[in-house]
Amino acid sequence: MSEVYSVEIVNPEKSFLSKDDVTEVVVPAFEGEIGILKDHISIISFLKPGIIKIFSKSGEESFYVNDGIIEFKNNNLSILTSLILSLKDIDKEKISEIQKTTEEELKNTEINDQEKYLLDQKLEVLKSIN
Amino acid sequence: MASLDDLKKRISSVKSTQKITKAMKMVAAAKLRRAQESAEKGRPYSDKMNNIILNLSNGISDIENAPKLLSGTGEDKVHLCVVMTSDRGLCGGFNTNIIKKAKLYFQKIIDEGKNLKIITVGSKGYDQLKRVYGDNIIERISFKDTKNVNYFDAEKVGKIVIEKFEKKEFDICTIFYNQFKNVITQIPQEQQIIPLNTSEKAENSLEDNYEFEPEEDEILSNLLPKNISTQIFKAMLENSASEQGSRMSAMDNATRNAGEMVDKLTIEYNRSRQAAITKELIEIISGAESL
Repeated sequence: MSEVYSVEIVNPEKSFLSKDDVTEVVVPAFEGEIGILKDHISIISFLKPGIIKIFSKSGEESFYVNDGIIEFKNNNLSILTSLILSLKDIDKEKISEIQKTTEEELKNTEINDQEKYLLDQKLEVLKSIN
Repeated sequence: MASLDDLKKRISSVKSTQKITKAMKMVAAAKLRRAQESAEKGRPYSDKMNNIILNLSNGISDIENAPKLLSGTGEDKVHLCVVMTSDRGLCGGFNTNIIKKAKLYFQKIIDEGKNLKIITVGSKGYDQLKRVYGDNIIERISFKDTKNVNYFDAEKVGKIVIEKFEKKEFDICTIFYNQFKNVITQIPQEQQIIPLNTSEKAENSLEDNYEFEPEEDEILSNLLPKNISTQIFKAMLENSASEQGSRMSAMDNATRNAGEMVDKLTIEYNRSRQAAITKELIEIISGAESL
């Protein structure tokens, strides 16, 4: 038995990526990172801003995601996200731009703790990329 | 009978109109292809989102504590209608069809003595609704400046809707848009987005036991607002494809009609030219005869 399964990343505009030879995917789930191997139990979870790592036979790929939801079932992993950027050909300016708006949003005092936590996370990840 | 000069002018004016409609048809055809492509590409996202939500909501045991966006406020007094139209005209019955559908619904709500609130997306809808329902329109949104439909616009609309819902400004939200079937047919749709219609069964699910992280209701309450934006985004994509399709066929018709008109006018022009020549000849001949 091979140890691979398929993953599909979709954003609202298009199907961003589809692979069927991945061995492991690490996603930044809300309560901590999850690594998903083949025959994982069916799971639904949502993501905080962070890095998705995809390990496949052809190598390793990393993506930055803003938010999202994952569903794993029958060895199919679907990742839905509104904003995803490949780390390979990343646009530094775009990252700085997101970083700036995030910092501004953080200054807003009306946000609740959960939003604040998410924004803090986002900033941290963005800084680590840049 | 109109004089030769007048006919000539009319022919050339119809011809130049024909040129315009033809060019518009070409542009619409090119845009249609792009809009259709993005509508098709956008489908997996909204389908998957829908499926996950259906799976989740079926798994929820405690209906009473379910998020309000899913179960509704329990009341049915204030209806919010989001009417999505285009920003530009000259697209056949596209806007009129949506408005017609929406007006039917409005009438029903008013007849039942309920409160009606309207958000218009796209300026054409506002123009057509403001006379009769001007007082009911609480917000008008237009994306005239953005070239292509993008998710962030949809998110903006979604945020407005959710904000109003959280302030308890309405109980039920329905969106109106045109679904793209093919170039000739676009079907005006009404879709209720709050509370969510969960009566349809999720495909290939139910027996599956999911592990949730964090809890179901927490995921749901995070997911539902996203789903609103997604549904609106889907409607916007369908709408933009429909708009271009509708415009294309409208302009095609216009071009054909203009062609027919040019033919008719040309015949009339030739006839009156011939008549003038004959008249002159008769005058000359009868003049010569009388000598």
